[in-house]
Amino acid sequence: MRSYDALQKSDLQKQLEAGRFVITAEICPPRGTDTAVFIEKARLLKGKITAANVTDNQRAVMRLSSLACAAVLLKEGVEPVFQVTCRDRNRLALQSDILGAWVLGARNILALTGDHVSFGDHRDAKAVFDLDSVQLVGTIRTLNSGKNLSGVELRGATGFFIGAVVAPEANPFGPEELKFEKKIAAGARFFQTQAIYDMERFKRFFDYASRHDVKILGGILLLKSANMASFLNKNVPGVHVPQNLIDELSSAKDQLQAGIEIAARQVRELKGFCHGAHIMAIGQEESVVRIIEMV
Amino acid sequence: MIITKKKAAKDILDALKGSKSVFLFGCDTCAEQCSTGGKKELDEMKALLEENGIKVTGSSLPEVTCYRQYIVKEFKGRGEIASADALLVLACGAGVRTVADVAPEATPVIPALDSLYLATVERFGRFLEGCAMCGECVLADTGGICPHTECPKGLLNGPCGGVADGMCEVDTAQPCAWVRIYNRLKEQGRLHLMKKVRPPKSHANNVKPRKTFLRSYEREIVKKPEKK
Repeated sequence: MRSYDALQKSDLQKQLEAGRFVITAEICPPRGTDTAVFIEKARLLKGKITAANVTDNQRAVMRLSSLACAAVLLKEGVEPVFQVTCRDRNRLALQSDILGAWVLGARNILALTGDHVSFGDHRDAKAVFDLDSVQLVGTIRTLNSGKNLSGVELRGATGFFIGAVVAPEANPFGPEELKFEKKIAAGARFFQTQAIYDMERFKRFFDYASRHDVKILGGILLLKSANMASFLNKNVPGVHVPQNLIDELSSAKDQLQAGIEIAARQVRELKGFCHGAHIMAIGQEESVVRIIEMV
Repeated sequence: MIITKKKAAKDILDALKGSKSVFLFGCDTCAEQCSTGGKKELDEMKALLEENGIKVTGSSLPEVTCYRQYIVKEFKGRGEIASADALLVLACGAGVRTVADVAPEATPVIPALDSLYLATVERFGRFLEGCAMCGECVLADTGGICPHTECPKGLLNGPCGGVADGMCEVDTAQPCAWVRIYNRLKEQGRLHLMKKVRPPKSHANNVKPRKTFLRSYEREIVKKPEKK
């Protein structure tokens, strides 16, 4: 049994398949039940972006579930990208939440490994990782095919547009390349990348990646200040902000404005060759609108 | 080698509250090597307890404390054991349980150590987690480097996005297990092993408590989870 909805593609999928340059952005769920600010940000971005990612206890910090936030976005008329990590749930919980997201109306899903609990606010928690990100992608494809992981036929399948993450600036890149290809083999159709700063290197990655039948959205992380850039370099694995950008920020009168200009420049560059951009503004969602207006 | 660490003195004394006399067990295998349950540690524990007004009726250092027959022998030969209000065991959890199962039901058996992991011994006093005892060894496909044990997330299909210059995001002084697996398999000309998508791990054989009976007449009482 396949529901009618399963035949309906998400806007994100339709736009990407039509060859249009899409912009997605990330909205961070609140740390509690007050969704007022979250909704305000969603309304701000509505119509400006194709879809909004809702993060799943990002950096292992406990927040409102990405499932609930995806439902809130749908109510606001904003298409969600439902993010799911492997850190907090075993395969039963993952599958039932993924089915739940489909029933609530989510059509895009992004499968991630998840940051380790040792980074977060519940450091005594048990890290689950019953599945890894490749297996999670495969699990979603299995649910799409109308079965669950133990082979039992579902009463109503999902039809998700399956996404995953890749780090084009990973060092070394060899193991990351293998994992990227495994995610594709497991069923990933689109990728949102880790923050990119070296555009020449990213172009080379894109040339390689686009030999596969997948859509790539380059990750743009808004630099709010030179301090933040240095912090990223020190603390966030796989992200390297080059010195010339740090200099550009520190010499600016308004560092946030300079960061917005840098991000807009990067999105413009991506527009020249890539399938889309994914903007991560971490709490500065209003800046996303300004970035888009400058592109 | 089972790695153990000493519990805080306060926690041990709390657990022994109400016991006026205690008998001590160490373990001459793993705990002795870890400097947590050998001759020296038994002496130190005796001194600590006596300083706190607890009488130590005696101590024993079995060759292997997790081996029931050794413990049964100790109980038979040593009257001081029966005269103690409680038994304190300076061994891994398996040692504590072995003593607890041999001891009379009415006698409290208290652990003095926390059991940590199964290690490879790099050299004396340098222990590295060696095996997660996951029940399904993957080392043939991973160049002898264990993703269950050496990757903090236990990932089975390659590194997470947290690799920075080949190092792990959780312990940044530790090289990423999957980068090492990649390099080793590449060196062996067996990178194809890492290219195949490894399915979710089966935990069906890890239902606790796990047990093994080597004798065939005992084997039939082992229940196996039914496969569909």
